[in-house]
Amino acid sequence: MKILAIASAGGHWIQLLRLKPAFEGHELIFVSTKKSFKDTVDGYEFHSIPDASRWNKMKLLYSLMCVLKIVFLSRPNIIITTGAAPGLMGIIAGKVIGAKTVWIDSIANVENISMSGRIATSIADRSYTQWPDLSNSKVTFNGSVLS
Amino acid sequence: MIFVTVGTQGAFDRLISTMDQVAELLPHITFVAQVSTGGSYKAKHMKALEFISPTEFDKYFSAAELVVSHAGMGTIISAFEREKPILVLPKLVKYGEHRNDHQLATAKRLESLNYVHVAYDEQQLKEKVLSMAKGALNPLHSVGKYASLELINSLQNFMAVPA
Repeated sequence: MKILAIASAGGHWIQLLRLKPAFEGHELIFVSTKKSFKDTVDGYEFHSIPDASRWNKMKLLYSLMCVLKIVFLSRPNIIITTGAAPGLMGIIAGKVIGAKTVWIDSIANVENISMSGRIATSIADRSYTQWPDLSNSKVTFNGSVLS
Repeated sequence: MIFVTVGTQGAFDRLISTMDQVAELLPHITFVAQVSTGGSYKAKHMKALEFISPTEFDKYFSAAELVVSHAGMGTIISAFEREKPILVLPKLVKYGEHRNDHQLATAKRLESLNYVHVAYDEQQLKEKVLSMAKGALNPLHSVGKYASLELINSLQNFMAVPA
Protein backbone atom coordinates (compact mmCIF):
# COMPACT_ATOMS: atom_id res chain seq x y z
CA MET A 1 0.00 0.00 0.00
CA LYS A 2 0.97 3.63 -0.43
CA ILE A 3 1.06 5.75 2.74
CA LEU A 4 1.27 9.53 2.78
CA ALA A 5 2.57 10.79 6.14
CA ILE A 6 2.16 14.51 6.74
CA ALA A 7 2.92 16.91 9.62
CA SER A 8 3.97 20.51 10.12
CA ALA A 9 7.49 21.39 11.26
CA GLY A 10 8.67 21.07 14.84
CA GLY A 11 7.12 18.74 17.40
CA HIS A 12 4.48 17.41 15.00
CA TRP A 13 7.18 16.22 12.57
CA ILE A 14 9.31 14.66 15.32
CA GLN A 15 6.25 12.73 16.51
CA LEU A 16 5.47 11.55 12.97
CA LEU A 17 9.00 10.19 12.49
CA ARG A 18 8.69 8.18 15.70
CA LEU A 19 5.87 6.17 14.05
CA LYS A 20 8.12 4.91 11.22
CA PRO A 21 8.09 1.21 12.21
CA ALA A 22 4.30 1.22 11.66
CA PHE A 23 4.88 2.05 7.98
CA GLU A 24 7.33 -0.77 7.29
CA GLY A 25 6.62 -2.77 4.15
CA HIS A 26 4.60 0.02 2.54
CA GLU A 27 5.48 2.67 0.00
CA LEU A 28 5.96 5.90 1.94
CA ILE A 29 5.65 9.58 0.99
CA PHE A 30 6.47 12.33 3.50
CA VAL A 31 5.08 15.87 3.46
CA SER A 32 6.08 18.74 5.78
CA THR A 33 6.45 22.51 5.91
CA LYS A 34 10.26 22.84 5.84
CA LYS A 35 12.36 22.07 2.77
CA SER A 36 15.39 21.13 4.90
CA PHE A 37 13.44 18.20 6.41
CA LYS A 38 14.17 16.23 3.24
CA ASP A 39 17.46 15.31 4.93
CA THR A 40 15.63 13.78 7.91
CA VAL A 41 13.83 11.25 5.65
CA ASP A 42 16.71 10.29 3.39
CA GLY A 43 15.72 7.77 0.72
CA TYR A 44 11.99 8.58 0.83
CA GLU A 45 9.87 10.70 -1.46
CA PHE A 46 9.44 14.07 0.25
CA HIS A 47 7.37 17.15 -0.57
CA SER A 48 7.43 20.50 1.19
CA ILE A 49 4.35 22.72 1.42
CA PRO A 50 3.94 26.28 2.74
CA ASP A 51 3.17 26.44 6.44
CA ALA A 52 -0.26 27.66 7.46
CA SER A 53 -2.36 27.99 10.57
CA ARG A 54 -6.00 28.75 11.07
CA TRP A 55 -5.01 32.34 11.85
CA ASN A 56 -4.29 33.19 8.23
CA LYS A 57 -7.13 32.08 5.96
CA MET A 58 -5.48 32.91 2.61
CA LYS A 59 -2.34 30.97 3.45
CA LEU A 60 -4.51 28.16 4.74
CA LEU A 61 -6.30 27.96 1.40
CA TYR A 62 -3.04 28.02 -0.54
CA SER A 63 -1.64 25.29 1.68
CA LEU A 64 -4.76 23.19 1.10
CA MET A 65 -4.32 23.52 -2.67
CA CYS A 66 -0.72 22.32 -2.36
CA VAL A 67 -1.73 19.32 -0.26
CA LEU A 68 -4.59 18.46 -2.62
CA LYS A 69 -2.21 18.56 -5.58
CA ILE A 70 0.26 16.20 -3.92
CA VAL A 71 -2.53 13.84 -2.84
CA PHE A 72 -4.21 13.84 -6.27
CA LEU A 73 -0.94 13.11 -8.03
CA SER A 74 0.33 10.44 -5.64
CA ARG A 75 -3.01 8.71 -4.86
CA PRO A 76 -2.09 7.20 -1.48
CA ASN A 77 -4.24 4.43 0.06
CA ILE A 78 -3.67 5.81 3.55
CA ILE A 79 -3.04 9.32 4.88
CA ILE A 80 -1.68 9.62 8.38
CA THR A 81 -0.85 12.79 10.31
CA THR A 82 0.26 14.08 13.70
CA GLY A 83 -1.06 17.61 12.93
CA ALA A 84 -1.42 20.46 12.91
CA ALA A 85 -3.35 22.54 10.27
CA PRO A 86 -1.43 20.98 7.32
CA GLY A 87 -2.27 17.58 8.75
CA LEU A 88 -5.94 18.49 8.76
CA MET A 89 -5.52 19.41 5.06
CA GLY A 90 -4.16 15.91 4.53
CA ILE A 91 -7.22 14.37 6.19
CA ILE A 92 -9.55 16.48 4.02
CA ALA A 93 -7.62 15.62 0.84
CA GLY A 94 -7.70 11.96 1.85
CA LYS A 95 -11.46 12.07 2.22
CA VAL A 96 -11.73 13.62 -1.27
CA ILE A 97 -9.88 10.73 -2.94
CA GLY A 98 -11.32 8.03 -0.67
CA ALA A 99 -8.09 7.17 1.15
CA LYS A 100 -8.12 5.78 4.67
CA THR A 101 -7.31 8.63 7.07
CA VAL A 102 -5.64 8.57 10.49
CA TRP A 103 -5.29 11.55 12.86
CA ILE A 104 -2.93 11.30 15.82
CA ASP A 105 -3.43 14.28 18.10
CA SER A 106 -0.15 15.79 19.32
CA ILE A 107 1.13 14.69 22.71
CA ALA A 108 1.35 18.44 23.49
CA ASN A 109 -2.44 18.47 23.83
CA VAL A 110 -2.78 17.23 27.38
CA GLU A 111 -6.00 18.95 28.47
CA ASN A 112 -8.02 19.18 25.24
CA ILE A 113 -7.89 17.82 21.73
CA SER A 114 -6.51 20.62 19.53
CA MET A 115 -8.75 22.83 17.37
CA SER A 116 -7.51 21.16 14.16
CA GLY A 117 -7.93 17.87 15.98
CA ARG A 118 -11.57 18.50 16.81
CA ILE A 119 -12.33 18.95 13.11
CA ALA A 120 -10.04 16.12 12.03
CA THR A 121 -11.40 13.60 14.54
CA SER A 122 -14.91 14.21 13.22
CA ILE A 123 -13.91 13.23 9.68
CA ALA A 124 -10.92 10.87 9.98
CA ASP A 125 -11.48 7.11 9.81
CA ARG A 126 -9.38 6.63 12.94
CA SER A 127 -8.30 9.16 15.56
CA TYR A 128 -5.91 8.79 18.45
CA THR A 129 -5.14 10.89 21.50
CA GLN A 130 -1.89 10.28 23.38
CA TRP A 131 -3.44 10.84 26.80
CA PRO A 132 -5.84 8.20 28.23
CA ASP A 133 -8.11 10.78 29.90
CA LEU A 134 -8.86 12.46 26.53
CA SER A 135 -10.10 9.29 24.82
CA ASN A 136 -13.80 8.86 24.05
CA SER A 137 -16.07 6.92 21.70
CA LYS A 138 -14.48 8.57 18.64
CA VAL A 139 -10.91 9.09 19.82
CA THR A 140 -8.78 6.09 20.76
CA PHE A 141 -5.93 5.89 23.25
CA ASN A 142 -3.35 3.21 22.43
CA GLY A 143 -0.06 4.41 23.85
CA SER A 144 1.94 7.43 22.69
CA VAL A 145 4.93 8.48 20.61
CA LEU A 146 7.03 8.14 23.77
CA SER A 147 8.21 4.55 24.09
CA MET B 1 27.90 23.47 27.83
CA ILE B 2 24.34 24.61 28.36
CA PHE B 3 22.22 24.70 25.19
CA VAL B 4 19.33 27.16 25.16
CA THR B 5 16.72 26.74 22.43
CA VAL B 6 13.52 28.60 21.56
CA GLY B 7 12.34 25.95 19.08
CA THR B 8 10.77 26.44 15.66
CA GLN B 9 7.90 28.75 16.58
CA GLY B 10 9.83 32.04 16.72
CA ALA B 11 11.70 34.15 19.24
CA PHE B 12 11.31 33.93 23.02
CA ASP B 13 12.92 37.02 24.58
CA ARG B 14 11.97 36.13 28.16
CA LEU B 15 13.97 32.89 27.93
CA ILE B 16 16.95 34.43 26.15
CA SER B 17 17.25 37.53 28.36
CA THR B 18 16.98 35.50 31.58
CA MET B 19 19.49 32.92 30.38
CA ASP B 20 21.84 35.73 29.35
CA GLN B 21 21.76 36.98 32.96
CA VAL B 22 22.49 33.46 34.18
CA ALA B 23 25.36 33.10 31.70
CA GLU B 24 26.91 36.28 33.09
CA LEU B 25 26.85 34.74 36.59
CA LEU B 26 28.44 31.48 35.35
CA PRO B 27 31.42 32.62 33.21
CA HIS B 28 33.13 29.20 33.50
CA ILE B 29 30.27 27.52 31.59
CA THR B 30 29.73 27.90 27.83
CA PHE B 31 26.21 28.90 26.81
CA VAL B 32 25.00 28.38 23.24
CA ALA B 33 21.57 29.76 22.35
CA GLN B 34 19.40 29.12 19.31
CA VAL B 35 17.47 32.39 19.41
CA SER B 36 15.50 32.34 16.12
CA THR B 37 14.60 35.59 14.37
CA GLY B 38 12.29 38.41 15.41
CA GLY B 39 13.46 38.77 19.02
CA SER B 40 14.39 42.20 20.34
CA TYR B 41 16.87 41.10 23.02
CA LYS B 42 20.51 40.67 21.97
CA ALA B 43 22.44 38.15 24.05
CA LYS B 44 25.77 39.40 25.40
CA HIS B 45 27.01 36.43 27.41
CA MET B 46 25.91 33.52 25.20
CA LYS B 47 26.88 32.43 21.72
CA ALA B 48 23.61 33.32 19.95
CA LEU B 49 22.60 31.66 16.67
CA GLU B 50 19.68 32.93 14.61
CA PHE B 51 19.74 30.30 11.89
CA ILE B 52 20.75 26.76 12.67
CA SER B 53 20.68 23.70 10.40
CA PRO B 54 19.25 20.42 11.73
CA THR B 55 22.82 19.04 11.72
CA GLU B 56 24.16 21.95 13.78
CA PHE B 57 21.19 21.73 16.12
CA ASP B 58 22.00 18.04 16.66
CA LYS B 59 25.64 18.85 17.34
CA TYR B 60 24.90 21.37 20.08
CA PHE B 61 22.08 19.31 21.52
CA SER B 62 24.29 16.23 21.79
CA ALA B 63 27.17 18.18 23.33
CA ALA B 64 24.99 19.87 25.96
CA GLU B 65 25.03 18.88 29.62
CA LEU B 66 21.74 20.69 30.13
CA VAL B 67 19.08 21.85 27.68
CA VAL B 68 16.98 24.90 28.60
CA SER B 69 14.04 25.58 26.31
CA HIS B 70 10.44 26.53 25.67
CA ALA B 71 7.96 23.77 26.58
CA GLY B 72 7.59 22.48 23.01
CA MET B 73 7.23 18.73 22.54
CA GLY B 74 9.77 18.62 19.70
CA THR B 75 12.55 19.86 21.96
CA ILE B 76 11.34 17.80 24.91
CA ILE B 77 11.22 14.56 22.87
CA SER B 78 14.68 15.34 21.47
CA ALA B 79 15.96 15.63 25.05
CA PHE B 80 14.36 12.29 25.99
CA GLU B 81 15.88 10.61 22.91
CA ARG B 82 19.37 11.90 23.68
CA GLU B 83 19.07 11.38 27.44
CA LYS B 84 19.63 15.06 28.21
CA PRO B 85 18.33 16.76 31.34
CA ILE B 86 15.89 19.47 30.26
CA LEU B 87 14.47 22.52 31.99
CA VAL B 88 11.52 24.23 30.30
CA LEU B 89 9.96 27.69 30.58
CA PRO B 90 6.44 27.57 29.07
CA LYS B 91 5.56 30.21 26.48
CA LEU B 92 2.53 32.13 27.71
CA VAL B 93 -0.39 33.89 26.04
CA LYS B 94 -0.25 36.81 28.50
CA TYR B 95 3.12 37.86 27.06
CA GLY B 96 2.00 37.27 23.48
CA GLU B 97 4.40 34.33 23.18
CA HIS B 98 1.85 31.80 21.95
CA ARG B 99 -1.77 31.64 20.84
CA ASN B 100 -2.89 29.50 23.75
CA ASP B 101 -1.45 28.18 27.01
CA HIS B 102 -0.97 24.56 25.93
CA GLN B 103 2.75 24.81 26.77
CA LEU B 104 1.82 25.52 30.38
CA ALA B 105 -0.47 22.46 30.43
CA THR B 106 2.20 20.28 28.79
CA ALA B 107 4.82 21.44 31.29
CA LYS B 108 2.56 20.79 34.29
CA ARG B 109 1.65 17.29 33.07
CA LEU B 110 5.24 16.29 32.28
CA GLU B 111 6.43 17.71 35.59
CA SER B 112 3.80 15.66 37.45
CA LEU B 113 5.15 12.56 35.69
CA ASN B 114 8.66 13.63 36.77
CA TYR B 115 9.84 13.76 33.13
CA VAL B 116 11.09 17.37 32.95
CA HIS B 117 12.20 20.26 35.16
CA VAL B 118 9.90 23.27 34.88
CA ALA B 119 10.39 26.95 35.64
CA TYR B 120 7.12 28.88 35.65
CA ASP B 121 8.69 32.35 35.62
CA GLU B 122 12.04 34.07 35.04
CA GLN B 123 13.00 34.10 38.74
CA GLN B 124 12.46 30.33 39.02
CA LEU B 125 14.38 29.81 35.78
CA LYS B 126 17.38 31.69 37.14
CA GLU B 127 17.31 29.88 40.49
CA LYS B 128 16.89 26.45 38.92
CA VAL B 129 19.69 26.84 36.38
CA LEU B 130 22.08 28.21 39.04
CA SER B 131 21.35 25.31 41.37
CA MET B 132 21.37 22.66 38.60
CA ALA B 133 24.70 23.94 37.26
CA LYS B 134 26.26 23.20 40.67
CA GLY B 135 25.10 19.61 40.99
CA ALA B 136 25.36 16.43 38.95
CA LEU B 137 22.97 16.60 36.02
CA ASN B 138 20.93 13.53 35.23
CA PRO B 139 18.08 13.16 32.77
CA LEU B 140 14.73 12.57 34.48
CA HIS B 141 13.34 10.56 31.57
CA SER B 142 14.50 8.90 28.37
CA VAL B 143 12.84 7.16 25.43
CA GLY B 144 13.92 4.82 22.64
CA LYS B 145 13.93 5.73 18.98
CA TYR B 146 10.28 4.98 18.26
CA ALA B 147 6.74 5.29 19.59
CA SER B 148 5.28 2.73 22.01
CA LEU B 149 4.71 -0.75 20.55
CA GLU B 150 1.07 -0.46 21.53
CA LEU B 151 0.60 2.53 19.21
CA ILE B 152 2.71 1.03 16.38
CA ASN B 153 0.72 -2.23 16.52
CA SER B 154 -2.61 -0.45 16.66
CA LEU B 155 -1.71 1.61 13.58
CA GLN B 156 -0.49 -1.46 11.70
CA ASN B 157 -3.68 -3.37 12.49
CA PHE B 158 -5.85 -0.48 11.39
CA MET B 159 -3.93 0.00 8.14
CA ALA B 160 -4.10 -3.71 7.32
CA VAL B 161 -7.91 -3.70 7.24
CA PRO B 162 -9.09 -2.99 3.67
CA ALA B 163 -10.85 0.37 3.22
